[in-house]
Amino acid sequence: MAEVNAPSRPLSPHLQIYRWTWTMAMSIAHRATGAANYVGAALVATWLVAMAWGPGAYESVQGFFGSWIGRLVLFGYTWSLVHHMLGGVRHLVWDFGHGMEPGQRMAMARFTLFASVPLTLAIWIVTYFVMR
Amino acid sequence: MVDNRPDPRLSMRTPLGRVKGLGAAGHGVEHWWVHRLTAVANIPLIVAFIIIVASLTFQPWDAAVRTVSHPLVAILLILTVLSVTNHMRLGMQIIIEDYVHDKGWKLVAVVANNFYAAVIAVACLWAILKISLGRILA
Repeated sequence: MAEVNAPSRPLSPHLQIYRWTWTMAMSIAHRATGAANYVGAALVATWLVAMAWGPGAYESVQGFFGSWIGRLVLFGYTWSLVHHMLGGVRHLVWDFGHGMEPGQRMAMARFTLFASVPLTLAIWIVTYFVMR
Repeated sequence: MVDNRPDPRLSMRTPLGRVKGLGAAGHGVEHWWVHRLTAVANIPLIVAFIIIVASLTFQPWDAAVRTVSHPLVAILLILTVLSVTNHMRLGMQIIIEDYVHDKGWKLVAVVANNFYAAVIAVACLWAILKISLGRILA
């Protein structure tokens, strides 16, 4: 009976039909980095609580963050924060009704990715060479 | 509030409901607005947070405690925790409402989301206060 009841009219196309564009990619990247930052907040809480706990706990947590896996996670977290912030600024610009034209939309979407990578690298380079 | 209904005579809403502007959920634009408010606050706060964390990267525990217990640093960190945990709670609720279609699981997920944000916030605030106030009392 299901065949009888199935609608014969065409359904509206879903996401997989469309060619990927910068705005689509950066839209889902904004959501993904937001979710990553959500998980990353637990790292910040762990770090702060360890600091309040005492020198032993702090050394252990710092030891993990200083390991290769720890540094990889923190580098990803840094990029995620920077990318989400740039994406957020893009959304705030849109909230004021600017940057909606096709060229502007694509340029802003590209900018979030192309600016977040060098900015993240700059944060890490400054940390390694200035703060040490 | 602008009355932009196509035909006011066809609306089922009462004039009081319309003028309150709180919508079916009774919350109006609060979720959207607080999300934007915390987004704007997060920009300077996360920049400050990254600078603070970067400056502590190669510091031993006692130097880190000294920095975090500085009034300006402690206040900036507390503001960051308040703004960020609220922003992430609101953002994750949007993700849950978009992707979790089952009513029961949606409720479970939204409750868990609120609990997670509260635990992160309280853990961070406890740590910052213990570190910064401890230096006065000790």
